[in-house]
Amino acid sequence: MGKIVVYGYGNPGRQDDGLGPAMARRIGESGISGVETDSNYQLNIEDAAFIADADCVVFVDASLAGDGPFDFVEIGPSEEITFTTHSVSPQSVLALCQDLFGRNVRAYLMGIRGYAWDFAEGLSPDAEKNLDAAHDYLRSFINDLSAGIDPDRAITLH
Amino acid sequence: MAKKITIEPVTRVEGHGKVTIHLDDSGNVSQSRLHIVEFRGFERFVQGRPYWEAPVLVQRLCGICPVSHHLAAAKALDVIVGAGTGDGLTPTGDKMRRLMHHGQMFQSHALHFFHLVSPDLLFGADGDPAIRNVIGVALQHKDLAVQGVMMRKFGQEIILATAGKKIHGTGAIPGGINKNLSVQERDSFLKGADPMNIDKMIDWAQGAVDFFKSYHAKNADMIDNFAVFPSSHLSLVRKDGALDLYHGVLRAVDADGKKILNDVDYQDYLKYIGEEVRSWSYMKFPYLKSIGKKDGWYTVGPLARLNTADFIPTPLAQKEFEVYKAYTKGKPNHMSMHMHWARLIELLHSAEVIKELLNDPDLQKNDLVKKGKKRNEGVGLIEAPRGTLFHHYRINDDDQIVMANLIVSTTNNNEPMNRAVDFVAKKVFTGKPEITEGMMNRVEMAIRAYDPCLSCATHALGKMPLEVSLYGAKDELLDCKRK
Repeated sequence: MGKIVVYGYGNPGRQDDGLGPAMARRIGESGISGVETDSNYQLNIEDAAFIADADCVVFVDASLAGDGPFDFVEIGPSEEITFTTHSVSPQSVLALCQDLFGRNVRAYLMGIRGYAWDFAEGLSPDAEKNLDAAHDYLRSFINDLSAGIDPDRAITLH
Repeated sequence: MAKKITIEPVTRVEGHGKVTIHLDDSGNVSQSRLHIVEFRGFERFVQGRPYWEAPVLVQRLCGICPVSHHLAAAKALDVIVGAGTGDGLTPTGDKMRRLMHHGQMFQSHALHFFHLVSPDLLFGADGDPAIRNVIGVALQHKDLAVQGVMMRKFGQEIILATAGKKIHGTGAIPGGINKNLSVQERDSFLKGADPMNIDKMIDWAQGAVDFFKSYHAKNADMIDNFAVFPSSHLSLVRKDGALDLYHGVLRAVDADGKKILNDVDYQDYLKYIGEEVRSWSYMKFPYLKSIGKKDGWYTVGPLARLNTADFIPTPLAQKEFEVYKAYTKGKPNHMSMHMHWARLIELLHSAEVIKELLNDPDLQKNDLVKKGKKRNEGVGLIEAPRGTLFHHYRINDDDQIVMANLIVSTTNNNEPMNRAVDFVAKKVFTGKPEITEGMMNRVEMAIRAYDPCLSCATHALGKMPLEVSLYGAKDELLDCKRK
């Protein structure tokens, strides 16, 4: 496995909406070889260029719903209509990457359950716990990929 | 029987909007309204916080134009720390901020045109919605889509180099900035590998203007007659009347071009501008006090700026400005779709300004901050991509913020957006009690021209961007569409 990208998005000034950037920061601080991290308030069209030379990308966002601490699913490119310029979905980023740069990047979406969204820095205690669990999972997943384990197999291991 | 049609985006936090269109017994549109839920809690939230935190705190407001809030807050705090009203900074401080601001304008305007507007132009308002989006543009007009992506990326890189970080940038501080531009950073923008250099960005920006003009020549009827209504216009202009997106005096012109606010100091904005509350909207309606609540509303943004400015101080954009002004024989332009033309001329202007600034050795100097006699109150205005943005703060003797008032661009455009929606609704909904995709898209096109910030403060998985509900005479739900 070549370059792996972990891209966390959300607004850290809105409590648990910062789960994505928090994950990107943690993974970045781990200093895992071959892993590049980035974060922003939301995804947008230029991110298609950023991921174009990656072999695998993991998008990480806060999630409104879900029973567990996090969800982790493989995603593929798809087009969608948006109402404003203000963000695009990870699937649309993948579609743009495929159409503009000819790369079909293997991609996953991790949604970490959040609970609080006010004007404040810092995650809620429950979101912190979810972040811990999600981080453990993602670290193991990346380690498996780096060790040459096929991603489909890696998902089933955890 | 009267019917009500509702278009309502659903978001999980604040900032959602909806359109209601009322039909009378004959099926004619009797009233249309755009409702935007404006979150006002932020102004209370900053109370009690140290004033120097404001330029970073305000970025919590919005994830799409944090740079505009960052700079408007910093400009207000310049006044408080005694550094003057926007023109008292050191040359390096002033020019670094301008570079940051034009990076923001460049990426925002490019994104708006290539992502949001070009699909409507390339595929038509009634085009297949499955391809009438940026992905469709990528498939059928790859060169154009690549330009949009790379121009947005270039602007984002300028912001990163000047603000220091992508999220919660810290570049602008009260009285100046906290970093200059290194030679390495400068050269990466001036001489970057194709296409990531400023000369290519200027070429592409010129190409975008040419694209619009070419499209306009073939589709003048649609472009010129979509949501046209007389309006006053307001913006900052430089003291000599030039377009200046970062700093200046406040000017407004009426629908005929007569100055109704004559280059006043924006520190006194409360003398000139009021905000009206209407029962059906959470968002206020600003107006010029000298004209009154009923007729004192005005438009801000690219269309307004090219209506108030006398000239553009960069050569390529000035040349386009002359063509643009000649089209309306020098009179104010009231055609909503010409907002896109104006926006692209500003895109070109921003690219030219970025090049000028990159070649200015002041950006490598180290005199970053200026301070003087402290005051307890300051106002900062900036021309954000979507229009004039007001930040006003008052502090106590303990340096805590005790009052904050913000008037954001979307609030300034509240009345004109309502007028645009009403104009279009009357044209396309009359006698048609059901919403087709094309009808709905035309309403969206009217709103899109203003590119309002509806829901950008935060986001997460599970957000549903748009819901369309159709109600019968007894408010029963007849139809509900989501996209």
